[in-house]
Amino acid sequence: MSTIKVALIGQPNVGKSALINAIGNTRLKVGNFSGVTVSKKRVSFSRDGIDFEITDLPGSYSLTEYTIEEKVTKDYLDHEDYDLILNVVDSCNLERNLYLTTELLSLHKKMVVALNMSDEADSAGISIDEKQLSKMLGIPCIKTSAIKKTGIDDLLDSLIYEAKHALQTENHLQFSAPFEEEIARILAFLQNKHFIHESPLKALAIKLLREDKATYQILHEQPIWTELQPLLNQSYQHLYLHHDIQDLDDIFNDEKNALCKGLATEVAQPTVKQNLTVTDKLDSILMNQFFGLPIFLFLMWGLFQITFEFGSIPMDWIDAFFAALVDGTKNFLGNTEIAAVIADGAIAGVGAVILFLPNIIILFLGIALLETTGYMSRAAFLLDGFFHRFGLHGKSFIPLVSGFGCSVPAYMSARTLKNDRDRLLTLFIIGFMSCGARLPIYVLFVGAFFADEHAGNMLFVIYISGALLGIFTAKILKLTAFKGEDEPFVMEMPKYRLPSAKLVYHTVSGQAKMYLRKAGTFILLASVLIWYASNYPKYPDIELQYEAKIEQSADEHNTTLLNNELALYKLENSYLGKIGHASEPFFNPLGFDWRMAVALETGLAAKEIVVATLGVLYGLGEDEDEGSDKLINKIQSNITFPAAISFIIFVMIYLPCLAASLVFMREARGWKYLGYLFTFTTAVAWSLSFIAFNLATALAL
Amino acid sequence: MTLDSLPKGTPATITQINATKALKNRFNSFGLIKGEQVTVEALTLAKQTLKIRINNTRIALRISEAQKIEVSQ
Repeated sequence: MSTIKVALIGQPNVGKSALINAIGNTRLKVGNFSGVTVSKKRVSFSRDGIDFEITDLPGSYSLTEYTIEEKVTKDYLDHEDYDLILNVVDSCNLERNLYLTTELLSLHKKMVVALNMSDEADSAGISIDEKQLSKMLGIPCIKTSAIKKTGIDDLLDSLIYEAKHALQTENHLQFSAPFEEEIARILAFLQNKHFIHESPLKALAIKLLREDKATYQILHEQPIWTELQPLLNQSYQHLYLHHDIQDLDDIFNDEKNALCKGLATEVAQPTVKQNLTVTDKLDSILMNQFFGLPIFLFLMWGLFQITFEFGSIPMDWIDAFFAALVDGTKNFLGNTEIAAVIADGAIAGVGAVILFLPNIIILFLGIALLETTGYMSRAAFLLDGFFHRFGLHGKSFIPLVSGFGCSVPAYMSARTLKNDRDRLLTLFIIGFMSCGARLPIYVLFVGAFFADEHAGNMLFVIYISGALLGIFTAKILKLTAFKGEDEPFVMEMPKYRLPSAKLVYHTVSGQAKMYLRKAGTFILLASVLIWYASNYPKYPDIELQYEAKIEQSADEHNTTLLNNELALYKLENSYLGKIGHASEPFFNPLGFDWRMAVALETGLAAKEIVVATLGVLYGLGEDEDEGSDKLINKIQSNITFPAAISFIIFVMIYLPCLAASLVFMREARGWKYLGYLFTFTTAVAWSLSFIAFNLATALAL
Repeated sequence: MTLDSLPKGTPATITQINATKALKNRFNSFGLIKGEQVTVEALTLAKQTLKIRINNTRIALRISEAQKIEVSQ
């Protein structure tokens, strides 16, 4: 056997990833399971000339397919090719962990159990007889500690031995006497009939007693079915009578729970030790009825301060670097079309994406720390009550607040929501949280139309009303598009742990790489397209005319004026300008002229472009920024107050930017959802702007 | 009595769970089953969410889920 393929599975927070790290010298490959955003880690390494390939399956409490993680895990176990299962269990919580182990045993694959965190069990005074457990389960059980790096060699030896020698595991589990009796009856019948099936007959008998659909279908086709059916009916009646319940699922669960309890009591002494741990002490502060929330808000405030304050330092460097690169490229290649497409199209576009990388890294570092320490589930606990009222989940908090910084990491951080519907709903309203890139537009318009002493308040009103609008939209969406039963909120709160640097590094670098690769490739293409649309078609005759005029003019002021006139002409007649004119009827009811329409449309690429576009279109050249008094004057004289209000509202609500849209599409998993989001945000933006414009006009402001 | 009305810090035994199959399975895999001892450890200010403990497992629940769990002291 050249490569041993191991499926690594365990309940969440049992130290699976830590165990992989403890093996050392591993090559880690992080990817996604096809079609879902659940991350897949594949680790390969070799030992004694044998290659291992371990697939770290997402943490699952059971194989009941309750969450995406559990679905992915079950799919993998059922359909993928692997040699054996390595089941990691938490020695301090044996009974609950064995629930999954017994489910895995019924798959009849080769299997090894790692009794992880054995050091913690030792110090908690829990002793486990792993030999007895091996005997009872019929598979090797090895004590390990990922932190102390003990038992790793034994575990690998055992994996090699099992892969090479062991046969499929036979289920050694003993159910209650009445249940075993019924199993024996069915088994005897199948044996007498010389029934042959790929899985052991006993497993088949158990599945029949559980009313497993697939097994029923197999046997339904067989001639023995007519005899088997009355037998099964009889067994069911016996079980109902004995358990005093009429539900086979409940009966089987009772059996399984009793089995796990029995196993745990037999091998562990004591099974649980309830003394006040560090976790309990921390929880009494962090989850305190009164202090819990303020502490959380303070931590969040800190995280966002760091994200956007510290993040802006490398952002300035990146910005400067790409600006220099754009100039350098143009100098190197000369003033050609090729230089323009590479510098202004590709490099500038990709630069705009890489610009957000520091934000993403810092934010995800924070999130990784929150998750690995176990605090995230406490945060969800504290906030769920408030968010639930609006149809959201406690964990929606992080993506929504991140949205005030930048929508890209916000969409990505929505992954912490495990339920599909909760995640989609959150994704849909992230855009309502005004991102940092929209700030320059607000500053420009508020500065132009409000007195200085009101400007700060207006900005605050804009941000708050965006957030409130988002939350109410969530409520409306929940009552309409995402209608349905509330997903139950049942969540484990793991023990607090010190984060492992290696693990945090892998998580953060994985996210960063994924962002760069995916958004980078799309953005590259899109930036070139937008550059093309704003620069073509060319009008050489007109350019020559202007160049002649510019040469003649001696006055510097006049030259600038002519340059701007040319830029305006070119933009107005470019494909983008034509689109702007064509969309005028759509924007007219909102009080926008074609220039504002174009500005909004270029804003679909990135909000930073809106101010620059307005600068060009109102004849000031490209160097204007939001601080410029001149642009403010132009805006004041060209745009009416109602149109300005309407413009601000439109900017608040419509699609964030190209990078965010593509990330949204990836996280929501489909073009379809991007279509919905586009239609939805545009419709809301249009309607509210329309109302605001007409209201402001009617009040003659 | 259902779990949501159990006073904080008082241990009780789960007597019955009235939930859908999916939720029951979920409860099961957390070790939240009939016959186990349960304690409410924390509540949010609005009393909408509670943290319970069963053996070594700490679980967060909404009040609506807690109402599906019957307990006796």
